[in-house]
This record gives sequence, structure tokens and C-alpha cells, in this order.
Amino acid sequence: MIRVAVQSAAIDVAAALAAHDAGGHGASASFIGRVRGDGGLVELFLDHHPVLTANGLEDLAAQAGARWRLEALTLIHRVGAMAPGDTIVLVLASSAHRAEALAACEFLIDRLKTDVMLWKRESFADGRSAWVEQRETDHDRAGRWG
Amino acid sequence: MRIAYFAWVRERMGVAEEMVALPEGIATVGDLVGWLAARDARGAGAFAEPHRIRAALGGAMVGPEALIGDADEVALFPPVTGG
Repeated sequence: MIRVAVQSAAIDVAAALAAHDAGGHGASASFIGRVRGDGGLVELFLDHHPVLTANGLEDLAAQAGARWRLEALTLIHRVGAMAPGDTIVLVLASSAHRAEALAACEFLIDRLKTDVMLWKRESFADGRSAWVEQRETDHDRAGRWG
Repeated sequence: MRIAYFAWVRERMGVAEEMVALPEGIATVGDLVGWLAARDARGAGAFAEPHRIRAALGGAMVGPEALIGDADEVALFPPVTGG
């Protein structure tokens, strides 16, 4: 089962895990990305493309499915305005054995930082607001997967 | 053809998208970025540094050398920062 979603509604991690794990998989790996309140951040806004962002996530999910023997994959990315503590992204990858589940999970989170049309803007308590710049380390990590 | 802008490119252009008729000689994404930079002050503000611009054509990320052809939409945006 592959489930991919781009949504402005809050991500319900427990419900997503329950749906994902309904098959009772041998090994499940998860990544949960949350908004940090560093430096007085009050809002994180995620801009996205109405079509291509979801297409990009689906393409990544298909790539992971081709590289590893996965029994289930859930990839949910939130967009729009978020507050510190909110879940931005949820990756769940399941396989019969841990190595494939862990590798697929890491591949997905690395690649979605460089391959999917999403842009972060940070707003702070003092009124400052700025678009986040892409980090070289993100490219280095994504590049490891060839 | 529609040009869609995202993140700070959209803010600097002042619109999320626009319809344009491509002038003669604008064949590639790089040509389009150069044309927009020269067209007006907003374009100059958004596209003064072409190396900071990324593009998508027909649903796929492409480089500045990509031919626009008869594409319905070109998306122009900064390097992505999701995750």
C-alpha cells in the first residue's frame, strides 16, 4: 500500500500509522519532521505547486518502491502556515526486514529536501520574515543515493 | 503560455502566474529568465541572479538549457527547501 498526500490540514501521526500498519508489517521505519521554535520563530509557511508537489512525492515513492522491497509506504507533507511543534512531514516505510525499511525511510527524507517543489518561509516574533536557503549538506545527503 | 512563480520569485514578481506570448528567439528556459529580467523592474528584481533560479517544464525539473517548445506552463522558483 502506497499512500502519498500533500495537505494543509494537521498531520495526524497516530491515525496515519494505524492506517499504514494495518497489515502488520515485519519492520516499519518512521521519520517525523516537526517545526522548531528556534530564534523566536512563530510561523513556518510552506509554499507548494498545486500539481507538481504531489507528483514529486509520488515519483519519490515510486523510486523507493523500485529500489527496496516495501510492503507499505506513507509519505505525507504538510503545506501552508504552521506553528512550532506542528508536524511538517511524516515518512513511514515498511518491509519484511529492518534494513530495507530504514534505508527507504532515509532515502525519502533526504530526497524530498532536494527533489520536491516545496519552499519554507520563516516568520519571527520581532516581525522578521525570510525564505529559507537550500543547504549544501542537503544536496550532499541527497546525492549519496545516486 | 503560463508562467507560474513560487516563493520569493512570486513575491518579487508580485503575481503567482501570468500568461505571456513568447517573443521570437526565446527558445530555452534560460532565454525566458533572461527576457523576464530585462522586461521590467520586477523581473530584474526576481531574476537578477539566474543561478539562483530553478525551473519545471511539463512536470519535471529542468535546467536552463531546456527547450520550452509548446509547453503549457513553465514554473520558475528558488532551490527547494522542503522536508
